[in-house]
Amino acid sequence: MTEGFLKRLDTRLDAIDEYEREPVPEDRLKGWKGFIGMYAGEHTAGTEFVIGPLFVAHGVAAVDLIWGLILGNILAVLSWAFLCAPVAVRTKLTLYWQLKKICGSRLALVYNIVNALMFCFLAGSMIAVSATAVGLPFGIAMPALGDWLPTSIGWIITVFAVGLVITLVAILGYDYVARFANIAFPWMILVFIAAALAVLPQLGVSSVSDFWTVARERIWTGVPAEGQSKFTFWHVMFFAWFANMAMHIGMSDMSILRFAQKWQHGFSSATGMFFGHFIAWMASGILTAAAAGAIAPGIIAFNSAGVAGAICVVIAGWTTANPTIYRAGLAFQSVTPDWKRWKVTLFTGMLTSIAACFPALVMKLLDFVALYGLVLMPMGAVIFLDVMLFPKMKMKSNLAEKASLDFNWAAGLTWFVTLLLCLFINLYVGIEIFFLGLPGWFIASLLYVGLSAIYQKRVQFTAVPSATG
Amino acid sequence: MKTLLVLLSIAGLALTVIPSVLVFSQGLSLETHKLLMLAGMLMWFITAPFWMKEQEL
Repeated sequence: MTEGFLKRLDTRLDAIDEYEREPVPEDRLKGWKGFIGMYAGEHTAGTEFVIGPLFVAHGVAAVDLIWGLILGNILAVLSWAFLCAPVAVRTKLTLYWQLKKICGSRLALVYNIVNALMFCFLAGSMIAVSATAVGLPFGIAMPALGDWLPTSIGWIITVFAVGLVITLVAILGYDYVARFANIAFPWMILVFIAAALAVLPQLGVSSVSDFWTVARERIWTGVPAEGQSKFTFWHVMFFAWFANMAMHIGMSDMSILRFAQKWQHGFSSATGMFFGHFIAWMASGILTAAAAGAIAPGIIAFNSAGVAGAICVVIAGWTTANPTIYRAGLAFQSVTPDWKRWKVTLFTGMLTSIAACFPALVMKLLDFVALYGLVLMPMGAVIFLDVMLFPKMKMKSNLAEKASLDFNWAAGLTWFVTLLLCLFINLYVGIEIFFLGLPGWFIASLLYVGLSAIYQKRVQFTAVPSATG
Repeated sequence: MKTLLVLLSIAGLALTVIPSVLVFSQGLSLETHKLLMLAGMLMWFITAPFWMKEQEL
């Protein structure tokens, strides 16, 4: 009986075709609604409850915060619309299969392993944030922000329970992920707004005209907490721009935007940026100020919005972890093409849940987010140039596919040398990791064009005799 | 039926956010606001999936 059930489940789950290995057909393309809710839900996440308070702790001034977020978020939306979406709409492939055509199977394998692990750790941080709220009503001892290792059996059980639910939803496919994000988003963003509004009187705001004075003097004071570095306008702007660098400039969101009818759907990312990375970051900053500098997401949400606030943290983490696990599953699937998608996603969910047991993922969230975007960015530049510019430059796109290469050295060297140069700039020029994405993209672009110009001549020289002979 | 569900969903969202405006204007206690937010959450998640799933995704 159990065997029969598993067979039926297997058949049913296999029927969920997400077109991972072929272009998305015309009749499966989605309109604006398929992306607006998805982006809004994905970027109104549990981690917003951590990032907003960290800006307060880093002593961001109120005026720097507002202008930094506005400009940084506009740049992020433009990156989605003008870099990622045109590539996704033209190829209709996932990042991983496009990469295979450009880079060859071996280089794509290396990239996909790195990419999938990064996504697992990112989703793990979101599960951990959710778990801090789930544990509250059960009185489970939760790790403090200074903890790096699992602190109790209760914490581990909580993390795995949250991870299991998130993984099951991810297994059911993209439509289910988008549907849940669509349903949860309107309520979630109102919880952020309501929670912040309700605690303003505690900070001394009794009318709208008081807000700016209190914002400058009691919330975003411009003075960092003890032991924290000072963040300026530039930190805020670049963090807002590059917080999702892996997804827009790094092209990971090809997995999502390949379903778009037209490239302009990339602008739907604005819902995520301005609801999630503007309103939610500001709201959580207000909450942390009202909680006397406390940063734990579950606690600040519960203090200001009660049980609904704690549940909001859980769901906010869930709606972000879902697409992240989905993307990680896609990456692993291209590494193990013989595995069925739902089995790969289950494996990914388990790996993510194990990672989520380590609170270090939450503690070091800002640095990790900056690092994972930077590591994946050079290959985004490679894909953009290969798909959009190489045909205009009379250079060959999809070189690995055309020349039957399993390792495109021009792309591989672009990736490795760019990261080495970024490390050099960080260590010897002293530029912080948050700012490296911008020079890094230009370095990667110049390297890929230059190396390809040399390499494509060599490939043609060696490929022609074998093709003709 | 669908109209009723939509109205209940909107009422759920209203219960989520309006009490905070009243707390801000000092017409409601923080504790009451928390209870009303919980009620609003239940109304939203019980009713919204029935009509939102009909939309194109």
